[in-house]
Amino acid sequence: MNQVPLRLYVNGERHDVTVEPRKTLADVLREDCGLTGTHLGCEHGVCGACTILADGQPIRACLMFAVQAEGMSLRTVEGLAPDDEELHPVQRAFWKHHGLQCGFCTPGFLMLAAGTLEEDPDRSDEELVDILSSNLCRCTGYQNILTATKAAAAEMRE
Amino acid sequence: MKPSSFEYVRPESLAETLDLLHQDPEESKVLAGGQSLVPMMNFRLARPSRLIDINRVPGLAGTRVEGDRLVIGTRTRHLAVQNMSGADPLARLLRSAAAHVGHLPIRTRGTFGGSLAHSDAASEWCLIARLLDATMVVESRARGRREIPAADFFLSIFTTAMEPDELLVEVSLPRLGDEHRTGFAEFARRAGDFAIVAVTTDLAVEKGVVTHARVCIGGVADTPFRSGAAEATLVGQRLDDDIATSPLARAAAEAAASEVDPPSDAHGDAPYRRDLVRAMLTSSLAQGVAR
Repeated sequence: MNQVPLRLYVNGERHDVTVEPRKTLADVLREDCGLTGTHLGCEHGVCGACTILADGQPIRACLMFAVQAEGMSLRTVEGLAPDDEELHPVQRAFWKHHGLQCGFCTPGFLMLAAGTLEEDPDRSDEELVDILSSNLCRCTGYQNILTATKAAAAEMRE
Repeated sequence: MKPSSFEYVRPESLAETLDLLHQDPEESKVLAGGQSLVPMMNFRLARPSRLIDINRVPGLAGTRVEGDRLVIGTRTRHLAVQNMSGADPLARLLRSAAAHVGHLPIRTRGTFGGSLAHSDAASEWCLIARLLDATMVVESRARGRREIPAADFFLSIFTTAMEPDELLVEVSLPRLGDEHRTGFAEFARRAGDFAIVAVTTDLAVEKGVVTHARVCIGGVADTPFRSGAAEATLVGQRLDDDIATSPLARAAAEAAASEVDPPSDAHGDAPYRRDLVRAMLTSSLAQGVAR
């Protein structure tokens, strides 16, 4: 097995790990960095549960090898809340508007919504539906996820 | 899930990339956006022993205008194409097609050239390349640069005319004047899926009459299918303002539907796909005229 040393920056913290090149970024985040907030669903890019931000952009962490993320600034659901007391506006909105039931898909939806709204909170309902269609949720029927994302957008526009 | 083991190399120049491909063409695979390759590796449908990651090679991403051509670098992300500026018919067509490519987190990583080299017959960029007779520029260390016309590039599903030691470097498309009406329409069960049937069209219209027509259909053959019958039906005809309900659109849709020989599979049988060809062709023509 060819293991390579790798330095990752996740949520502003440095992680020095040794991994095989074939290990996906999602697996390394969970198993080597101990950040299990990123969930794995389908592992082939369809469900979006593993969505994280790489240099500010939403990506599928199951479709990237960790070695490719060297030098990138990564952000996972653990890095959303500014501190132990306060939640990110997107997290607050999902809580308030019941944007989750079982919660498995939630980290992916939070990162997708946070990434796109931080880039531009001024998005039409149509754009938001298109963006949220990237991820799958088997519980909510999506309406509350959309409501929550719209509410977060409104707060972030202020 | 874990792909089988591979050696990972990350060249920092085009020359280094071509050297690596030259050393071991059969066992190497180029990794760009990875949005098709990595799922195939996760399922072990693809097991390359060496992965050449071109994400840090300078000069492979971005678009530039060269006279009457638009040149798109192979590693240009789908999202960059979607965010392209320009009010000309080509820019509008590219933006409209890009919006159908996967989902946002796929478009941030997936690349224009990667999609073409992957050669899925329902892929948006394969259809556009074939519609506009794009020129693929490929390069190898052994034979240097050569150009492959889109008509000769797509050989079959997942198979192109590129040799294993060649890299798709860039793609050149003709810029389209204001007399062009372009459209792109596709049907998929879920947003972001590959289309069951997709149709893209380009008409040149002078004084209300179609002087030149191109129609390309995806999902009905192993490669993007140019419908000569639909094109011949459209050329020389006067274009109605309300094209969607016009006899001309109906005639073109019928011509295409009779010409194609679509497969039957779990996603839809042949008669269903023919119906989709009719509907998507009409919708693509209407998009062009509505502009």
